Parts: sequence; structure tokens; C-alpha cells
Amino acid sequence: MIVTIFFYAFALLTLGGGLLCITRRSAVHSAIWLVVSLLGAAGLYLQLQAEFLFAVQVVLYIGGIVVLFLFVIMLVNLDEAAKQRQFNRQWLVGLAAAVLVGAEVVYFLRSGMKTFQLPAPARTALITEGNTEKLADVLFSEYLLPFEIASVLLLVAIVGSVIMAKKRI
Amino acid sequence: MLTPISTIHYLIISAALLLIGTLGVLVRRNIVVILMSIELILNAVNINLIAFSRHHDNVNGQIFAIFVITVAVAEAAVGLGILIALFRNRETVLADEIDLLKW
Amino acid sequence: MNFLDSIWLIPLFPLFGAAVMLFLGRKFDPQSPSEVMISPDMEHRADDHHGADSHGHDAHGSHDHGGHHHAPASKMLVTLLCPGMVLLSFIFSLGAVLGLAGTAEKSHQVIQFSWLAGLPFHMADGTMATFGADWGFLLDPLSSVMILVVTGIGFLIHVYATGYMAHDGGYYRFFGYLNLFVFFMLMLVLANNYLLLFVGWEGVGLCSYLLIGFYFHKKSAGDAGKKAFIVNRIGDAGFILAMLLMLSVLGSVRFLDVNHVLHSGKFAAETAGFGVLSVMALLLFVGATGKSAQFPLYVWLPDAMEGPTPVSALIHAATMVTAGVYMVARSNALFQLTPHTSAIVMVVGAFTAILAASIALVQNDIKRVLAYSTVSQLGYMFMAAGAGAYWVAVFHLYTHAFFKALLFLGSGSVIHAMSGEQDMRKMGALKDKIPVTFRTMFIASVAIAGIPGLAGFFSKDEILWQVYSSPLGSMPVYVVGLITAFMTAFYMWRLMFMTFYSDSRVSPEAAKHLHESPASMTVPLSILALGSVAAGWIGVPKLWSFFGDGFRLFEHWLEPVFVAHGHAEAHHPDHATEWMLMGLSVAIAIAGILLARSIYAKPYAGEPIERASKGLYTTLLNKWYVDEIYDYLFVNGLSKGGGLLFGSFDRNVVDGGVNGAGWLTRFTSTVSMWWDSWIIDGAVRLGSFLIKISSYPMRIVQTGYVQSYALMFVAGVAILFSYYIMR
Repeated sequence: MIVTIFFYAFALLTLGGGLLCITRRSAVHSAIWLVVSLLGAAGLYLQLQAEFLFAVQVVLYIGGIVVLFLFVIMLVNLDEAAKQRQFNRQWLVGLAAAVLVGAEVVYFLRSGMKTFQLPAPARTALITEGNTEKLADVLFSEYLLPFEIASVLLLVAIVGSVIMAKKRI
Repeated sequence: MLTPISTIHYLIISAALLLIGTLGVLVRRNIVVILMSIELILNAVNINLIAFSRHHDNVNGQIFAIFVITVAVAEAAVGLGILIALFRNRETVLADEIDLLKW
Repeated sequence: MNFLDSIWLIPLFPLFGAAVMLFLGRKFDPQSPSEVMISPDMEHRADDHHGADSHGHDAHGSHDHGGHHHAPASKMLVTLLCPGMVLLSFIFSLGAVLGLAGTAEKSHQVIQFSWLAGLPFHMADGTMATFGADWGFLLDPLSSVMILVVTGIGFLIHVYATGYMAHDGGYYRFFGYLNLFVFFMLMLVLANNYLLLFVGWEGVGLCSYLLIGFYFHKKSAGDAGKKAFIVNRIGDAGFILAMLLMLSVLGSVRFLDVNHVLHSGKFAAETAGFGVLSVMALLLFVGATGKSAQFPLYVWLPDAMEGPTPVSALIHAATMVTAGVYMVARSNALFQLTPHTSAIVMVVGAFTAILAASIALVQNDIKRVLAYSTVSQLGYMFMAAGAGAYWVAVFHLYTHAFFKALLFLGSGSVIHAMSGEQDMRKMGALKDKIPVTFRTMFIASVAIAGIPGLAGFFSKDEILWQVYSSPLGSMPVYVVGLITAFMTAFYMWRLMFMTFYSDSRVSPEAAKHLHESPASMTVPLSILALGSVAAGWIGVPKLWSFFGDGFRLFEHWLEPVFVAHGHAEAHHPDHATEWMLMGLSVAIAIAGILLARSIYAKPYAGEPIERASKGLYTTLLNKWYVDEIYDYLFVNGLSKGGGLLFGSFDRNVVDGGVNGAGWLTRFTSTVSMWWDSWIIDGAVRLGSFLIKISSYPMRIVQTGYVQSYALMFVAGVAILFSYYIMR
């Protein structure tokens, strides 16, 4: 029962935040609502018993990316942009296409609904290791190479963004 | 609605968030907002991955989600760098004013 | 040298001379034509209705007359070349004839090449025949006589002309035409088929036009040339029709083929009525009428006296006009089968003879008398041919060539002496002034009158006898012939007496220049005089059995050609009649001479006929008004018809056609322009248009706008999903 309430709460946060994020005039407001949405998603992760990802989401996404966004928003003077028209000229077509895709996805989901029943959680099994340990286990053994490549990727991203932001390269 | 929360619910959330994000990409003029909408999409994907990870009792989905987050970070950083460079050149952050490749 | 096989060369010598003259001759003649023609004295000539032979008058006035002055070298070349060519032809002809005499069958054919051959066609009776005409030459007794006459007398006349035309302009042109004429005449008589004969026939017509109109500055000369050619043409139409009919009925135009068919008995003699053969023969005779100046197509010959005198001698006495007689003789096989046409030939000949003789009685121009005399004598020849006595016609042709040529040349000599005067009323008592001319003309006149011993007697008497005695002959025709003989003697001696005897009516300035002609003119005269005497002695009548058969060479020579077919040849009723008739004709001739002497040997006192009947005199003087009748009937009608034709037909139809062609051209070009600008250009434009419209969507897509690209992503995703949904 309580699970259901929490689920719906977090879902509301996520979706509501998302909606509000994309519709705000001021970019800062959009960023704040993005934070709300990301928090809602983090809550959903928690409910799905992915504690590590909950933590990563909050720390990385909100604490890193959204802060980055805010910095950039402040760097880039968006006062002028805020006075402009916010929605572009293809908004109707875009809406239609998105709704269409949405309808198709709904169709897919409905047709596959039966297969997505969650099994009862195995209570008897003692949780010998937490989510984090489990992740670490797999991450550093099986997925070591992707891990390393991810770090290289991050390096490239750093170098790239530094160059992009330089006034004169 | 009031049935026990199963994977399908999470999938629906994920799908809805995906759509919201897509809509944001397609409809907003402000590039910063577009980038934020892309983050929303990535988040939707993450929710989906983790829901399935739970459904199949497999940790692979979560590993994948970690990597998605990593990539999202990298991409956001670079994208914002580009935005700054763009702003410096064009004095605008509105997407439809940047159409030099127009026919 | 095989002369027989070289007969194809005989026409080519004068052709060469003509070609040289006509292509290169301008270089040879230093004197341009206009210098001599337009002379002020040309106007007071004979008072005849048409102008006279315009001999260079002022040229005479300016030179002394010991002899004619030395001609420049280039002129000498012409003088030597052209007569020389004819002489060569004569020598070759002589050789060929002698060669022919040695052969057995007296017929030698040399075919150079097949000229028009191989066209098959249907004859009248349905059988297939092949049309063929060769460039072929046939030498048989008939053509041998003709080539000797043409080349021999032609040569003498060429020599004469070198003296006569010495002062005229256009010397080279004259000889060029003269040689061309001899070429065509030789083609005519040597041809082995009617078509090649017709080529020569037309050619001599052309040359007679060129030569009659030689003094082209004078309108009357040009008109006379045209008249000759046009009247000839009418006859030629008949000839062509005859040839076509011949092809249709007999299947060939070659002489040997035609004779073979006719002699084979395939066609019966058309004694009953007018059959197809009679029509054919009649059409041939129409051609002969035009060429040989018989009624009604004789009107060109008197006008032809506009040409220089040698032309009159050669063409209108000796050669061209005899082409008709030759052609009729050549077609004797045809005429023998068609007694009705032969009768027509005889009657027309007789009528022409007496008509022309009657006109000649009162003419005052010396050449005109001779012209009508020619027409009359030609009538005699046709009388003989119509009566079936073809060899006699050819015999008369042969003797007539001598004395008529002599008479014309002699008259030319007289005119030359008289400084261009041609009216006999202004002559007289010339016999001591121009003795050679006088003596030769005397001989010729005696010959033409028919006095025994000279050429004319033998031939004319034989004609009269044949007309009387032949099965095809008839009494009225004989009587007409007899009267004509009387008139011939009369007018001929009227001419002689008025010109050479009588009193001198010569004008003072002409009398100053009275002189005998140069040797170049008198020598041919003498030779011809000799011929007039001697030529007849190879046709001595059988009656004169005193003379051996050698004197009847002519008839025997021509025998192979005139194979009598079917009907019996001329039989002698009895000798007494023949002697009587002979004596009668001689008596008539002498009577005519004496009557002429009684009237004209005295000082000229006008014409007795005029005194007797003014009306008759005027009619005769105006040539029975035949020219005027023709003018009224045909010339006016044709010119009016031509005007009508011009007005309606030419303007509407012909010009309408031309305008229509122009309109059509513009119309098609408009269509073409439309096609080009709309369809062709449209296709090109269509291509570019298609490219434009097909590239438009692709162009539009490149917005350069990222969100539209994103939209395309989403749309593509939607489509992909829908695909999976459909599955």
C-alpha cells in the first residue's frame, strides 16, 4: 500500500517536473524543475532497490549536471531569450509526431502487458550483499573494459569541453 | 491502477518521460532547455533499464544505467561547451536562429 | 583504208570543223558583225515585200576590185579548214561508194554503238517488241547518191562562199554553221534508223534557222528564220507521230527491220481504203511537206532568201529541201503498200509545182524566182515518188541539185556584181559584163527548161513519162506537169533575158562597180555547169536504145533499194507514145523559151500578164495571198490564244501554283517553328522542370535547423514502430 503511494508520488514528481521543465519561460526555472524531475527519478530508483544508482543519480546528475547547467545559464545571458517566443514554429507537428510515437509505445506496452508482472520478491533470501556490492562485483570484473573506456570518454569530454569553451584555441 | 506496482508501471513512467523529453527537444527554441530535455530522455531510459533489471533479477541493467549516466555527463559537458562557443559567435541561444546550413 | 567501214567518219569531219569554228572562232575573225550590216545603202534594194540579201555594200565601195584584198591569216585558217573538212568527207564518201560498188549485196551497215536500246513495249497487235535505235550508219545505193551530192556540191558551195562572204562580218560563224549543217545532213542521209534520221532532220532545221537568220540585225531575217523553223516544226510533228505509229504497228524504227516486215507479206497492200499503214505514210509525208516545202507548208522557203546566197544554194536547192524526198524514197516499201497515200503525194506535188511556177512568173527579185522554182521542182520530185517511180524522183533530185545550185550561185554572182541589187528590173544587158556568170547560168537555165542533152531533160522527161504511164499515175497530173514545164521554161528564160539581155536598166553607181566575181566564185560555177551537162547522162531513157546500158547506170544502181513489190513495174504501153510525149515536152520547153524571148529580149516594157489582167497579176505577185491567209487564220489566232492563255491560265494556274508553293513553304515553316518551340523546346524544358520539382522536396528538407532534423528522427521512429505494429 505504502509502496503504491510512494510510487505514485515519485512518478508525479518525475513527470510533473519534466513537464514543467520543458514549458518554463525562464531557463533557471526549467533547471529547478529538472532537479525536481531528477529527484523523482531517483526516488523511483530507490523503490526499484537500486540504491547505488539512487545515490549516483543525486550526486552526479543533480549535483553535477544541473549545477553545470546553472553555471552556463548564468554565463550565457538568457534575459533576451526569455523575452522571445519560447516555442518554435514546428511545435504542432512536433507535438503530433511525439503523440503518435507515444500512441505506438502505448500500443506496444499494452500488447506486452502480461509479461511484465513483477514476481513476488524473495523475502526468505537473506540479502547477503547489498546492491552496491553486487554492482561493484560485476563492474570490475565483467565490465572492466567498458569502465575503462568510460573513463577515457570522460577524459575526452573534459578536453573537448575545455577547447570548446576557450576563446581562442 | 491500484494493482500492485509491477514493472509495467515503471515502463509507463519511462515512456511518458521519454515523450516529454522528446517533446521538449522538438518544441523549445532555447538550446539550454533542449539540452535539459535530452537529460530527461536519458533519465527515462535509465528508469526503463533499472525496471527491467529488477524484472529479470539481473544486475546488467544497472551497470548499463551507470554507463548511461556517465555518457550523459560527458555529453552535457561538451554540449554546454558548444553552447558557450555558439553564444560567443552568434549572440543567441535560440535554435531557429542558427540555420547556416539552410539550403 | 577500208572506206566502207569508215563511213562513220564522214559526218564527223564537218562536225569537227563546226566545233572549232563555233567554240574557238571568235579568235579567227577580226571583223565584228556590226561593221558591215548596218549600211545606209541597204534601204534601196529590190522593191520586193521582204528585204534582200544584204551583201556588204559599203565594203565594196571602199575597195578596189582587181581582186579581193588579202585576208588575214586567221581568216585563211577558216577558209582552209571548213571547205577542207567537207572535201575530206567527199573523198571518204567517194571511197566508200566505190567500196560499196564492189560488194555483192550493195548494203553496208556500220553500227557505232547502241544508242537507245532495250525498252520493251507492246505493239498494236499485242506482241512484245524491243525499242532500239543505234548510232548506226547504213550505206546503200540511195544513201550513197545522197552523200555524194551533199558533200560534192557542199564542197563547191563552201569554196564559193569563201569568196562571197569574204567581206562580211561573222565569217567564222557562217562557216561554223555551214559545217554544222553538212554534219546534220550527212547524219540524216547516213542514218540506219528513223530516229537518227530525225536527229539529222531536226538538226538541219536548226541550222537553216541559224543560217537564214544569219544577218540577225535585220528584223526580216530573224523573222524568216523563225518562220522556217516553226513551219518545219509542224511537219516534224507529223514525222514524230509517224515514228510512234511505226513502233506500234511495225515494232521497229530501223530501216532494215521495217523493210523486212513490210516485204514479208505480213501487211497487205491497202488498196481498199485508208488503213493504218496509209495513215503512217501520210504522217511521214506531212513531215516531208514541211521540210521539202510542199503545199501547205512551203511558205518558209521564199522568205528564206533573207539568208546569204550560198545558204540558199546549199540548203534550199541542193540538200535540206531534198531531205523530204530522200525520206519518202527511203520509205518506199511503205508507200508501195499504200496507193491512196501515194496518190495524195502525187497530187500534192503536182499542185505545189503549178502553184509555185505560177507565182514565179511575175516575181521581180531574182532570188525569189529561184526560190519558187525550187518549190516547183520539188513538187516534180514528189509527183514522181507518188507515181511509184522512186528512182526517178532521186534522179531529179540529183540533177536538180546541180543546176539549181548553179543558178543560185550564179544569181549570187550577179548580185555581187550589181553591188547588192536584186531587182531584175534594175538589171539588164549584163552578158558582156559578167561573162562567166552569164555562160554558166545559161547552161543551167537550158538544163532546167528540159532541153535534150542536158541533165534536166533526162530527169524531168522521165518524171512526166512515169506520171503518164505508171499504174499509179494519172492523166490530169500529167497535164499539170506539162503546163508546169512550160511555165518553168518561161519564167527561167524571163529571168535570163531580163538580167543578161534586154536593155541596161542598171543604176549609174552600180554600173561603176560592175565586175566579174573572183575565181573562188567562178570556178565552182564552172564545175557545176559541167555537172549540169554531164550529170544526166547516166539516166538515159530506155527508149534511146542507141545508147548502151552503161548510160542507165543510175536506175540500175538504185534498183536494190526500190524493190518493186507486188504490182508490176512501169510498163511501156508502146514506144510510139513515149516518143510522142518526149517530143511534146521538148516542144513545150522550146515554146516557153521562145515566148519569153519574144517578150523580154527587148527593152523591158512591164509585164504582159499585168497588161492582160491586173487582178491576176496582183494575185500572182502577192503569192496568192497565202501568207496573209495564214496570218489571219493561225498567227492572229495563236497570238490571241496565247494572250488568253497568259491571262487566265498563266496568271491563275501557273502563278497560282507558284504562289501556292510559296504559301506552302511558309505554312510548313510555321508548323516547324511551332513544333520546334513548343514540342522540342518543351521536352527540354520538361526535363529541367522535372528536375526542379523532384529536387524541391530534397532542398526544402535542408533547413539547417536542428530541431527539424530531430523531428525527422521522431517521424522516422513513428514509421518504424508502425511497421512493427503492422506485423
